[in-house]
Amino acid sequence: MATNVYMEALSPTMEEGRVVKWHKRDGDPVKTGETLAEVETDKAVMDLVARADGVLRQVAAAEGQTVAVGSVVAVIAAPGENVSAPSAPPPPASTGGGKRDAGSEMRDAGGGMREAAGVAVAPADATRVKASPLAKRMAREAGVDLKLLSGSGPGGRVVKRDLEGAAPRAPAPAVAPTVAESHPASQIPHPAPLGIPHPASSGAPYEDVPLTQIRKTIAKRLAASLGPIPHFFLTTEVDMERASEARDALNKQLGDQGAGKVSFNDIIIKATAHALTKHPACNAWFQEDHIRYWHEVHIGMAVAVEDGLITPVIRNAESKSLADIGREAKELAERARNRRLQPNEYTGATFSVSNLGMFDIDQFTAVINPPEAGIIAVGSIVQKPVVVDGQLTPRRRMRITMSCDHRVIDGATGAAFLRTLKQMLENPLAMLL
Amino acid sequence: MATLTYRDALNQALREEMQRDHDVFLMGEEVGVYQGAYKVSRGLLEEFGPKRIVDTPIAELGFAGIGVGAAMAGLRPVIEFMTWNFAVLALDQIVNSAAKILYESGGQIPIPIVFRGPNGAALQLAAQHSQAWDSWLSHIPGLKVVAPATPADAKGLLKSAIRDNNPVIVLEGEMLYNLKGEVPEGEHLVPIGRADVKRPGRDVTFICHSKTVSVALKAAEQLAEREGVSAEVLDLRSLRPLDEEAIVGSVARTNRAVVIEEGWPHAGIGAQVVDIIQREAFDQLDAPVLRVTQADVPMPYNKQLERLAKPSTDRVVAAARRVLYLD
Repeated sequence: MATNVYMEALSPTMEEGRVVKWHKRDGDPVKTGETLAEVETDKAVMDLVARADGVLRQVAAAEGQTVAVGSVVAVIAAPGENVSAPSAPPPPASTGGGKRDAGSEMRDAGGGMREAAGVAVAPADATRVKASPLAKRMAREAGVDLKLLSGSGPGGRVVKRDLEGAAPRAPAPAVAPTVAESHPASQIPHPAPLGIPHPASSGAPYEDVPLTQIRKTIAKRLAASLGPIPHFFLTTEVDMERASEARDALNKQLGDQGAGKVSFNDIIIKATAHALTKHPACNAWFQEDHIRYWHEVHIGMAVAVEDGLITPVIRNAESKSLADIGREAKELAERARNRRLQPNEYTGATFSVSNLGMFDIDQFTAVINPPEAGIIAVGSIVQKPVVVDGQLTPRRRMRITMSCDHRVIDGATGAAFLRTLKQMLENPLAMLL
Repeated sequence: MATLTYRDALNQALREEMQRDHDVFLMGEEVGVYQGAYKVSRGLLEEFGPKRIVDTPIAELGFAGIGVGAAMAGLRPVIEFMTWNFAVLALDQIVNSAAKILYESGGQIPIPIVFRGPNGAALQLAAQHSQAWDSWLSHIPGLKVVAPATPADAKGLLKSAIRDNNPVIVLEGEMLYNLKGEVPEGEHLVPIGRADVKRPGRDVTFICHSKTVSVALKAAEQLAEREGVSAEVLDLRSLRPLDEEAIVGSVARTNRAVVIEEGWPHAGIGAQVVDIIQREAFDQLDAPVLRVTQADVPMPYNKQLERLAKPSTDRVVAAARRVLYLD
């Protein structure tokens, strides 16, 4: 029985895809999981893979052609199976009716294809997230957004095992609300200032803390007065002398080992991750009815690409070495520029860093990437006359501006974080503390 | 506990129930002098005499009807069919009389009758004699249907069937009669409508009954050895009523199910089980439920084709791999 090859939704927001290159030609044998074609989505170039074994037939989308998600672009026939003549080419994307219409026109136009396709069911809406009922329930209970996961089941279906990696199996999230229910909010023991639990020993990647009434009111009022995300900004100037010296020394050593060099941005990412572990209040997501305080630090790193911007994520940056961060950042940035990032590589950050230092920008404000609650904007390092111990001396200085979501982070909270970050950058040894 | 064959466990159940209740009698082709085509009634004629162990002509509709009449008159007949393939001739008495008289008499006339015999394929008996009637018989309101897979369940379910005041179908198996297993002595009753976990597991549930239980157990062993997969084997034992609680409970633990049966796929027992699962365990499912059945063809006579047409360990393993997303 033949299986239709659909233009699949290869990113959560993809509505159409451009066939960059066919890896298989009409008549080529294909196996499940093999790459059939490269498809350019709205974010990256992704592989369209075979969902069945057989022979590729009726390739209906030419290289360079853009087709709507859900359209049939080819058929995988069983070996020796006689599939009918090629059908009409797929309709161009985004013309006339929505993609659903386009898909059904396609199927109607190809009368023979319908027969060849047998009972294979076309996705009614290929942009919807496919997940098993269990996975949906687990995601709902764990507060995980299914769109952020890439499904490992057939047709990209999100299944239980995909959530076992993403969602905590530890009892932490289930336990926290129970505690909150059984005690009045005011009686919850606060292990840390601001009521934000320190990274738990439970091993869970995060803990959901229900919004208190005052937090709800703050959220509502600030959002109503300042727009969807009530930003405020904090700027500090950091002395980068010692960080520069440390970097030079490290790079000399790494150079001797033939390893890649460490950039200022890597040092800033490392210091930011480290400072966030000391200020979990800033490592959080605003989630409408609760704030998710992450126990892990995933740093989004803004990378300029040809026609826009993408933020690949350095996961668990708090526990990675500077050399690892450097290597990973370089590799992610390069693939970001080549549009080769997988969706799971640019989603799920808990905090972001944007650096325009290389453009000689002294200082700027960055826009928060929701649901994250903060982002730092890093300016260039410039030599300036500075008074040190009563003496005017030239020092390398850098400005950092933090944008905070006021629904999550208050002024003093953000300032405390920024002070720690500044201390770590001014005295890199502090990161060892 | 004594180790008995399935046939001797049935024999023990018949003997004990006939000793216990003088209204119980056995009737069918070759049950007396020949001691049963499969020797299930061995020694019973000698012990209970020709009034209670009754040989009949080859006339399924006739003796099934006599059985229904006897039940209406207050006796507790056990009607043996040489195979359920022959019982097709008696379906009018089973479906139109036995199953409906209690209802049609406004609850006045119970029909405490047991219809029993081997069901499904043996080896190379060809299309007309290799059929599983599970879903045909389970379709009828007014009948209870049991399909024991082990000697202990055979004894316990037959005894419960004989004591039940409704018509009960007991589906046995020619390929099961020689199966040995431990059987509790004396008063061992298995309640009708209660499934049994034959092997506990975590990752996938094999829902099966009768001959397919051993197929499922082998598949579970293979998966444990080769894949480290822990499969639960749930033996339905009763096909009507079905033990919904056990089915849903098991699927809630494993999140995946494969339903295995000897019969054909269309409107089979598995279809009914899948209906329960999708309705009662929807949010527990991590994969569509798959079924392993006999191929949708009359049973081939050719030995190799027959083997391929039957549910096999390989097919169960393959289905399990699919619901576990291992392929």
